[in-house]
Amino acid sequence: MLAYTLRRLLLLIPVFLAVSVVIFAIIHLIPGDPVDNLVRVGSTPEQKAEITARYGLDKPLVVQYGIWLGGVLQGDLGTAIIARRPVTQLIAQDLPHSLALGGFALLFSTVVGIFLGVIAALNRDRIIDQLIMGGVLLGSTLPSFWLGLLMILLFSVHLEWLPVSGARSWSALILPVLTVGLGGTALVARVTRVAMIDAAGRDFVMLLHAKGLHPLRIQLRHVLRHALIPVVTILALRIGWVLGGAVTVEVVFARPGLGTLLIKSLSQHDYPVVQACLLMLAVAVMLGTLLGDICQAAIDPRVRAALR
Amino acid sequence: MNGLDAIIRAFQTPKGALAGGWLILLILVAVFAPWLTIYDYAAQDLPAGFTPPNADHWLGTDEFGRDLLTRIFYGARTSLSVSSIAIGLSVFTGMVLGAAAGYFGGRFDRAVTVVVDLTWSFPEILVALILVAIIGPGISGTMAAIGVAYLAQFTRLTRSQIMAIKGETYIEAARSLGSSHIHILMKHLLPNALAPVLVSAMLATGDAIILEATLGFFGLGAQPPTASWGGMMSSGAAQLFTGPWIIIFPGLAVATTVIAINLFGDALIRALDIRSRMRVA
Repeated sequence: MLAYTLRRLLLLIPVFLAVSVVIFAIIHLIPGDPVDNLVRVGSTPEQKAEITARYGLDKPLVVQYGIWLGGVLQGDLGTAIIARRPVTQLIAQDLPHSLALGGFALLFSTVVGIFLGVIAALNRDRIIDQLIMGGVLLGSTLPSFWLGLLMILLFSVHLEWLPVSGARSWSALILPVLTVGLGGTALVARVTRVAMIDAAGRDFVMLLHAKGLHPLRIQLRHVLRHALIPVVTILALRIGWVLGGAVTVEVVFARPGLGTLLIKSLSQHDYPVVQACLLMLAVAVMLGTLLGDICQAAIDPRVRAALR
Repeated sequence: MNGLDAIIRAFQTPKGALAGGWLILLILVAVFAPWLTIYDYAAQDLPAGFTPPNADHWLGTDEFGRDLLTRIFYGARTSLSVSSIAIGLSVFTGMVLGAAAGYFGGRFDRAVTVVVDLTWSFPEILVALILVAIIGPGISGTMAAIGVAYLAQFTRLTRSQIMAIKGETYIEAARSLGSSHIHILMKHLLPNALAPVLVSAMLATGDAIILEATLGFFGLGAQPPTASWGGMMSSGAAQLFTGPWIIIFPGLAVATTVIAINLFGDALIRALDIRSRMRVA
């Protein structure tokens, strides 16, 4: 297991480099010059050139990339051009908010999704199954920003239970977590249900029935365990997704976070910040995928055997 | 024809009939929007602003006094055309890339797979936001961004379909008879891969409608005064407390449309019996 994990970590290095090149290249495709937002109206071309040189933006792209990557590897993400602060500081400020929102949303989708999926699978094709799967479909098809705004209207304005926006208290986290979590819930519930139904048809389940075990015990101890393999994979893949996909919800609830930072910097052409945000999200996605594979190996003896 | 047959069978299930009927109605509304309403979608009538739903304005008016139902009709034009054109482009490009990668393999396949896996692992909304930043906001920018955001999905799906059947004996037979690669791809491989790709294209159109609405919500979609569901919700968000109906109804339009697409897609999958082939491995 340890050797496998280490090998997978080493394999991430070339992927990381490739991702960094792509992100760097894409950012420099975006039209617009960040320096335009810095110079005063009416300043001379010389003054503009001086500012450009101060941020190293006059050097060839390859050199800029080299400097950037060198910094990244030493934990220095550069200096924000507009905010004029180290990017690491900006991210350190906003990342905890993103992690809290993403983490709780993922927890919510996992618990509720698996619960609903199991109930639906146990009542396959009955009315409960159809109600659950219908509700789950509804939850995943509503645009998240719309859902978020309607929840603000209901819970914050009419019922006055929860704060409208911001991130000052724990209660401000409830609505965003629900909004982000609902989409994932649908996915988890659907995968759990299908995997449970699929696993219940296997030979080993028939054997357990023949042994005379209680059907509910078979479902919850053996079938569910079997069915969790694809669920864990999906969940691990969602880690990066939850961090980045929460952009809209962060904006709706005016929460600080990686998404809000990314959108703001994107509109200001603040390259270093955009690059850093994207790189953070890419790393989260890569680690999530790795975590998924490791979990799979930990749960599934067959995968473990194949690794030896 | 097999495809038409499947659509008919999908319509014969209750859910499929309901969803398919709703979609047909929606397309008719989008096409005949100007003849279905007495109001203009763009003309402002400020004194009539913020009218709640009533007999004259069934869904009320927005902050500029424009009839909401009229704007939802016209918004259907924007949302449906933008998302289906975007997905159409995405499907076409994805099929070409996926088929070439799956059929020829080798370095080209590896290059395509790396790029595709990379975009695949990012949330579509982020890919689309960055692309709109590069291309610029507006209808064409939105279309291109949505198209690229879903490219990975169709490339992967087509590639896995081609990989699954390219080893079959009849392909080998065709090759030994001297058929060209293009002939084999167009006549034997792609037709077999078509059903899952087209059904997943339909489902993706539902997601694309949400994505289009989200970009519109950020003010990056169709620019005013063009009516789009996302743009309507964007201005509705600012009026959340004074005129909640301004954001509620376009959202319902999006939700019902996407649900109908999902239900009908599901009915199609059943009718074609291709559930196991829909997985994007």
